[in-house]
Amino acid sequence: MWAFLHKFSSPKYFYFLSGRLIPWFAWSCLAVMLVGLYYGLFEAPPDYQQGESYRIMFVHVPAAWMSMFIYMVMAVAGGIGLIWHIKLAEIMAASSAPIGASFTFLALVTGALWGKPMWGTWWVWDARLTAELILLFLYLGVIALNSAIEDKRTAARASGVLALVGVVNIPIIHYSVEWWNTLHQGASVTKLDAPSIHISMLIPLLLMAVAFKLYYATVVLMRARCEVLDRERNSSWVQDLISAK
Amino acid sequence: MITMNQKHKQRLAIVLLIVVGIGSAVALAIAAFSENMLYFFSPTQIMAGEAPTTRLIRVGGMVSKGSVQRAPDSLKIKFDVTDYAHTISVQYTGILPDLFREEQGIVAIGWMQEDGSFIADEVLAKHDENYMPPEVSAALKAAESSDN
Repeated sequence: MWAFLHKFSSPKYFYFLSGRLIPWFAWSCLAVMLVGLYYGLFEAPPDYQQGESYRIMFVHVPAAWMSMFIYMVMAVAGGIGLIWHIKLAEIMAASSAPIGASFTFLALVTGALWGKPMWGTWWVWDARLTAELILLFLYLGVIALNSAIEDKRTAARASGVLALVGVVNIPIIHYSVEWWNTLHQGASVTKLDAPSIHISMLIPLLLMAVAFKLYYATVVLMRARCEVLDRERNSSWVQDLISAK
Repeated sequence: MITMNQKHKQRLAIVLLIVVGIGSAVALAIAAFSENMLYFFSPTQIMAGEAPTTRLIRVGGMVSKGSVQRAPDSLKIKFDVTDYAHTISVQYTGILPDLFREEQGIVAIGWMQEDGSFIADEVLAKHDENYMPPEVSAALKAAESSDN
């Protein structure tokens, strides 16, 4: 186990393995997303209250899940980077931040577009919405720290600490709709008893969630590969790679 | 190198300290400010005198069945908001969101009046966490009424 992890965490091994994995992730992402969108937009029935407008959920909900999932990946990778100084963990944390920020932004924008016709407003300062906005600022802070500090190791340490501090926001986002009276409704899928969403709508939602995960896997590996090449540009294997071309 | 020597243990402790420390600090702060973090008051809380009359507040609850009265010649509307324990009367002038209907959750933003009624500047609809096709909703309602 440790030997495997050690091998995987070597930038050279990672570079070649990820190069082989990316096409698989990319094509399965495309396939699952097309099926999910087809079922979400054409096969799923309209909602009993919201009619057709609820279909924005098939983008909004997976985007919001991803915004939290990627943050946890980033914080754990940042923590591993802080403790063991593993270069690849720092690279994964830095590569995740812009993707997570994009998903957070997407969740906020689709939420506003959904809120206007359903709630009657684009934005309210309720606990769920405000916590998600803070998540966007945390991502932007991590990105800013990474690009403001010239030395990559120092940058990784600073942004790792910020990412760990921000972890407190994740349970707040998830439980905000239970702890306080919010305008945002409660959880439909991620709760202990049966989901309060009809199976014909749940399936496309879960397909979209899988597609978004595969999208993240594809893009984070692509970004991390570029970062690996940049940081290892003076090592012999990168030099060999260049001279081979 | 993935090992656990003294230095790594120290750093792990620091990382855990950050997460746990910030976590408990924020938990305490949230517990202290919890009342101010409410997005709205329920009719029961208002009846218990928890809501101030001197500032803009939000009231949340269900629109009572059969309580909606629309003025024939203007956008004035009057309805009751209930949490099934207490009910307050709300007046509003303006356009309502699509989801506004009887037995629908809403949030009204406005001022408490001396007589215990509420004048809203804005009405927002709150939808629940249930998503289902119209036929399922109709079937559920039919089952419910045959039970009674």
